[in-house]
Amino acid sequence: MTTALERFADEIGRDDRVWIAGHGSRTSVPSDVRIVRAPAGVIDFQPDEMTLRCGAGTPIAEVDAVLAAHGQYVNLGQAGSSSGTVGGALAHGHDDHLRLGRGSMRDSLLEARFVDGEGRVIVAGGPTVKNVSGFDLCRLLVGSRGTLGALGEVVLRTRPLPRHHEWWRMTDVVDPNAMLDRLHRPTSFLWDGGTAWILIEGHRDDIERSRGRFTVEVVQGPPSFAALPHRHSFPPSRMVVTTPDIGEVGVGLVHSSRPGPRADVPDAIRAIHDRLIDGFDPRRRLNPGLGHPLDW
Amino acid sequence: MTDSALVDSLRRVVGDVRVERNELHLFDHDASNLIGRAGVVCYPTSTEQVQDIVRECARHGTPFVARGSGTGLAGGATPIDGAVVVCLSKMNRILSVDVASRLAWVEPGVLTLDVTRHTERFGLHFAPDPSSQQSCSIGGNVANNSGGPHCLAEGVTSAHVLGCDVVLSDGTLVRFGGEEPEHPGFDLRGAFVGSEGMFGIATAICIRLTPNPPDVRTMLLDFSSVRDGTDTVSAIIAAGMVPAALEMMDRLCLEAVEAYVHAGLPTDAAAALLVELAGPSAAVAADAERVREIGEQHGARSVRVARDEAERALLWKGRKNAFGAIARIKPNYYLHDTVVPRRHLSEVLEHVYRIVASHGLQVLNVFHAGDGNLHPLLIFDRREPGVVERVHAAGAEIVEVSVRYGGVLSGEHGIGLEKRDYMPLMFSAVDLEAQAAVRNAFDPHGLANPHKVLPSPAGCGDVHTHVEGMWV
Repeated sequence: MTTALERFADEIGRDDRVWIAGHGSRTSVPSDVRIVRAPAGVIDFQPDEMTLRCGAGTPIAEVDAVLAAHGQYVNLGQAGSSSGTVGGALAHGHDDHLRLGRGSMRDSLLEARFVDGEGRVIVAGGPTVKNVSGFDLCRLLVGSRGTLGALGEVVLRTRPLPRHHEWWRMTDVVDPNAMLDRLHRPTSFLWDGGTAWILIEGHRDDIERSRGRFTVEVVQGPPSFAALPHRHSFPPSRMVVTTPDIGEVGVGLVHSSRPGPRADVPDAIRAIHDRLIDGFDPRRRLNPGLGHPLDW
Repeated sequence: MTDSALVDSLRRVVGDVRVERNELHLFDHDASNLIGRAGVVCYPTSTEQVQDIVRECARHGTPFVARGSGTGLAGGATPIDGAVVVCLSKMNRILSVDVASRLAWVEPGVLTLDVTRHTERFGLHFAPDPSSQQSCSIGGNVANNSGGPHCLAEGVTSAHVLGCDVVLSDGTLVRFGGEEPEHPGFDLRGAFVGSEGMFGIATAICIRLTPNPPDVRTMLLDFSSVRDGTDTVSAIIAAGMVPAALEMMDRLCLEAVEAYVHAGLPTDAAAALLVELAGPSAAVAADAERVREIGEQHGARSVRVARDEAERALLWKGRKNAFGAIARIKPNYYLHDTVVPRRHLSEVLEHVYRIVASHGLQVLNVFHAGDGNLHPLLIFDRREPGVVERVHAAGAEIVEVSVRYGGVLSGEHGIGLEKRDYMPLMFSAVDLEAQAAVRNAFDPHGLANPHKVLPSPAGCGDVHTHVEGMWV
């Protein structure tokens, strides 16, 4: 019997240029290449393993629903919007504004079955929550936008949903790093240069006790980042936030209305990228036209 | 014979170069049972010296092996065929600590526990805590993507390494990742962590520091069957808790450890679980109560809660020094490191007991139950004829049964030389070619620690085994 993964590999084949489409919510699909969709559907979920196996084409909303029924979630960097597919989120590799507490979404990918430019199925990583068997190819696949291979099936690490949470708004915050130091591991700490939005998760009594120490207003959530599409990175303690931007305190990421300066990349780093793509898709037939990964 | 022209070149670039065989033999192996052959040992004290050493190796076409404290258990730092050993133990400075950013730059030779000792005053610590943390080095932790009991909640080394300055195999210095959260291109930092010294040599590492928890509770639950213990593990996780640590010891281990540390461990139990909860106090108290209930529902005979830091330290001493206790039973031991899905822990453990008995050996189990990371410790006396072969045969069966239950070869010790030839149990030829392509992208010259991780017919002509072990 041919599996969905094998059919996916056959569809990708080894000849023409192909585009791996999710829901197209992140990148619009070019018109001059053949479109292939990854298998969809949750294959296996074991609540007491805290792992979930699914096709890369599975809608994030579907995964979220399956997990939420068991009080769990997976960090795919999608807080606040579950549009798109699992594979799309992993291929883009963008973290959301909860990274301070929940860590990076790249750590959610335990195993990937992907198809390289020669149409071969490759297994990277392993299905268990801990694994150092071989090199960590999963880290390279996250954020590679399909240029090293097309994600077909993945095993994700899940986490328990926090029992309670509260967003606070705090005005006139002059020194956000000092404020961060007074809180025990908030899940998010956003700051626009004056106002802070802080997400605290955990036990209700701990949240209440913590809230009692400060002057805060409990709010529904953080402000929208819709008008701030650009991302600038700083060492966390040296983050520069100018109006109307919003920075992630403790992380160092600024959501900005303006594009940031382009960093110079040493030739040796560029050469490693080129050799990686040569190793997995030497003819550049997967998701063509995206340009060089260092220029994204 | 070591190339004397290479030795002369190395002496020009680094002050401390050793070539005497009676010194070199100490570097022929790490803490594994695999002995290779070191050609030269260099002790660089700066990134520039590491670059110079690597350039000379490249010029002479001689492979090099980076080495930290030599506590690795898989032969990752065992040099092969007279390779140059780059011993980083003199590069042991904590370069900077940025308290507000909760990060530090350290040299690779810094001992893991020394980071926490140094940052304690700021209320911060380095979360990965391998049992060898008093003697292993950060560079080795990066190479192996090391774990430790507290990686259950906090994640393994990869989640705590923000960036690395790396000397590539042609001597070029590059930075993967860094203090900033996002970098253009692929996650080369992520690929480098766990690359077992085969992608280059890290000479400075930017690590994440974690705030100390406001409250900690350490509990010991004991059971009259191993299955009750492992069922408790699954039930705790299924109840939506991720304890800071969730460790298990079986009866033989409890007996050995108790005789050694006198912590009042239940030596008549079939298994005991060490559970640590950490965080804000209400959450810790609620979770501790929940763990007690779950334990009692699964037949826990007693639930002991450490009353103070001294008692907590004593319980952890028992866990982390299990290896020292074992020497009281048999002089030698061999340790495995497979991971299996948590729900299969008790079945796989039953297989382990049966396999070991069928080879006429003894086994102690002390392991990271929370993430299914088994550490069967086979104990024996190597003077007994044929015993080493039996230990290896039993080990191979343990690895095979773990993979058959949906597990993996290694959770935290790495593949190195020891498990290299088991890789086809998990990966196809195509999968392994892909891993080789990644290696080639970082080290097209193939000079950084060759012949490890990926099965290869070449090299290793002079590797032989002795049997000994160290950390659990």
